[in-house]
This record gives sequence, structure tokens and C-alpha cells, in this order.
Amino acid sequence: MKPNLLKSISMAAVVSSALLISACSSDDDDDMMVVEMPVPVDVSYSITVTNLTYSQPFSPISIVLHDDGQLWQIGESASVALEKLAESGDNSELFTQSVVTASMAGAGILMPGQSETVSITIEDNTTSLLSLATMLVNTNDAFTGLNSIPLADLGVGDSWSKMVGAYDAGTEANSESAGTMPGPADGGAGFDTQRDDTDIVTMHPGVVSMHDGLSTSVLTQAHKFDQPTAKITITRTE
Amino acid sequence: MKKLQRILLPSLAVLFSQNALSAELDIKVTNLTHGLHFTPLLVTAHGADAYLYKTGMAASEDLQKMAEGGDISGLSSMLMGINADVVENPAAGLLAPGTSTMTMLSTAATNTHLSLVTMLLPTNDGFVGLDSWEIPTTAGTYTVYLNGYDAGTEANNEIINGGGMPGVLGIPADPSGNNGTGGTGVTDMEETQVVHIHRGNLGDDDAAGGMSDVNNKVHRWLNPVAKVTITVK
Repeated sequence: MKPNLLKSISMAAVVSSALLISACSSDDDDDMMVVEMPVPVDVSYSITVTNLTYSQPFSPISIVLHDDGQLWQIGESASVALEKLAESGDNSELFTQSVVTASMAGAGILMPGQSETVSITIEDNTTSLLSLATMLVNTNDAFTGLNSIPLADLGVGDSWSKMVGAYDAGTEANSESAGTMPGPADGGAGFDTQRDDTDIVTMHPGVVSMHDGLSTSVLTQAHKFDQPTAKITITRTE
Repeated sequence: MKKLQRILLPSLAVLFSQNALSAELDIKVTNLTHGLHFTPLLVTAHGADAYLYKTGMAASEDLQKMAEGGDISGLSSMLMGINADVVENPAAGLLAPGTSTMTMLSTAATNTHLSLVTMLLPTNDGFVGLDSWEIPTTAGTYTVYLNGYDAGTEANNEIINGGGMPGVLGIPADPSGNNGTGGTGVTDMEETQVVHIHRGNLGDDDAAGGMSDVNNKVHRWLNPVAKVTITVK
């Protein structure tokens, strides 16, 4: 194990110094090529997400690769990292979880009806698990995504697709009231350390809205959604 | 010798699997909802022609008892009468939102199909159903997601008054304790008197009146409402 590790470090050093030299030399760098060296192999995936809702923008699509662990479990309490994502769309803590081996975020908010493709790359690992999470921002703590999808059987060029529903982080009551939701419908608060709901992850019951019987809701009929909320396709590209 | 073994062993395996049509199943049921309880579950393996309910068909009296009051005794007796394999109430009571229960089911060779029912609380006659899922003969783990159905036997008035017996209008209880009281009733009509996909609870935000005793922030749902993981051993 140790000699291998050393080997890859010294090889990486050779490659980077080769790059350095070639970057400095202005023209011909033929004699600097170290083509015989076995270099780390990139394993890359492109993930396309379509927002299937009518009026629930998605927070930046957050994708992580990991070798073990789960992003959430039905019936279990949400991690603080998931709570932050589900209440405010903030993925910073999710990306720094110890099990995470690679992470990538979408360019920004993914609007209803829109699709975005995000690429993620890891070296020398074809057996990662992929998880993805994004908040439905006009809700208290609804999110959608994928939980620990095994990628081992996905060959280069293979695709895998799934329609996914919305989950409720269970960390914030679905009050829908003014000041509690970060999306444009409210412009309210995001993450709040208080947990005033059931404190377990479940499927989401949907939003009620002011037009469907919740007089204190700032949401309208437009913010209602049904399952599924997103279509996600994973393609291994290299 | 080795070659012979290689030929013999797979053919023995085939013989064995053809004879062993009975199955050993591990079954895990998860309540996926945010605010609904499941009443005692009924899990059964039965012949291809038997069923607990069919969408588009009127509910049996036994199904009605289950869907309106959580009483599985009638369905269970019917199943015993046709030599079905039955597990009653594996969760030993209610299955709370987000929680799971596990059970094992040994099936007779002729009981090739799996069904499952449980009432959704608080609803008038809403239930979770798996209808005659063909048990795979290949060992492995299979996942099925279940929807919420309406038995079509009672108007969805959404009044919580303890009414669970067939013919008694009303909802038995809200185990989550988030319900209101004093509702005037959402409707007294049940026009579609066959098993159909439940349209969901309406509920209201008035804890001491309004149309419904159901809480619209807590007791609504979107399908699926349950996840069933079946391991065929």
C-alpha cells in the first residue's frame, strides 16, 4: 500500500514538473512529454436535472460522490448538512462531509421547466456512490434528489435515469408563513437551528397554499407540486 | 471429474428450484408519509386468482371494514379460508410516519402472489394497497412503491368522531394528535363507489371549526405513501 502511494505521489510530481517546464518553454516541448507514464484515469459523469415543477425553483444542484454512507434515510433525523440544504439551499456543509470524495454544484438556481447538466470527475474510482440534493426554494424544507446511487455497473457511455419525488427534511414545520422560506415567493429566512417539526425525513406532503385552505400561507396555487418533481439522468462520459 | 461436476451442479440447481416453488420472504414496509399513521398491516401470499381489492371494482365488506376502521379480521378469515399465508399486524399496532416494520412470510407453493393492505389515519376510507404482486422466483431484493386508495365506501367528510364501523360516517381517530374539532363536514357524498386512487385529504387550518377536522398542514400526502422491500431468499 505505502509504496504505491509514494509511487503515485512521485509520478504526479514528475507530471506537474513536466507541465511546469512546458508552460515556461515558449514553443517546442516535444522532448518533455512523459507519455509512457501511467497517469491517473479520470472517471467522469454528466448529470442532467430537469425541474418538473410549475413554480418551485431548485437551489443550485449539489452533487457528491462518496464510497459509503447515505445522504438521508426515511425515518431518521436529518444531518445538519442536509437541514441547511433543505431549509436554505446551502450546500457548503454537505460538500465538506468526511465521506465525500468529489463534489460539484450547478451554476445557479434551476428554474421550473429548465434543465441543467453538471459534470463531476473522480480519479481511478468506478465504484462510487452518487448523491444529489436540491431544495424546492418556495417551501419550508422540501428537497429532491438521489441518495447513494451505486455507479459501479455504469460503463462509459451508459446512462441511468430516474424520476424523483420531493422529501421533507422534517426539520422545519411546513407553516408556509411569511418570513420562513428563502425562495422568491417569500424572500424569508433560510436555515434555522431550531427543529420544530417531526425531526425525521419523510416524503413531502406537498404545499397547501393560501388558495387551497391555508390562510396564513404566502404561497399561491402556483407553488403547488406533485410527485415526481425532477427527472435526473446520469451518464458516464469517461 | 471437475468438468462433470460443473455440468451436474447447475442442472441439480435447476431441478431444485423447479421443485421448490414455495418461498421464504423478508418483507419490510416503510410509511413514507409525513403525517399519516398506518393501522395494523395485513400481509398475505395467495393464489393468482384471489385478491383483497381491485381498482375499479366495488370493495368487499371485509375490505370496507379495514378501510373505514382498520379492522383486518374479516379479510384475514377470508384468506384463511382459501389457505393463503397471512401475517397480521407485524408492527404490533400503528406504523407511525417515517417508520418501518419487518416481517417474514413463508409461502406455500400455490400462493404465488403477494398483497398488503392497511388503513390511512386520519381518513374516512383511505388505505394503502398492494394488489397481487407476483412473487419472483429468482432470489433477490425487490422494491415496490404503493399508492393511497379510496375504498369508495364512505363519503370523505373528514370529521374525526370515532366512526370506524361500516355505515358509521366519520374518521376513527388521528393518532398524531394534530387534528381539529367541530368541523361541519367536507362532503356527505361518495359518488365513485369503487376502489380508486384517493384524491387526498383536503383538511383546513381551523382547529375549532371549518369544514374539516383534518389539519391541512399535516395530513395531506402525495403518492407514493409506502415503500415495500421484498427479499426473496
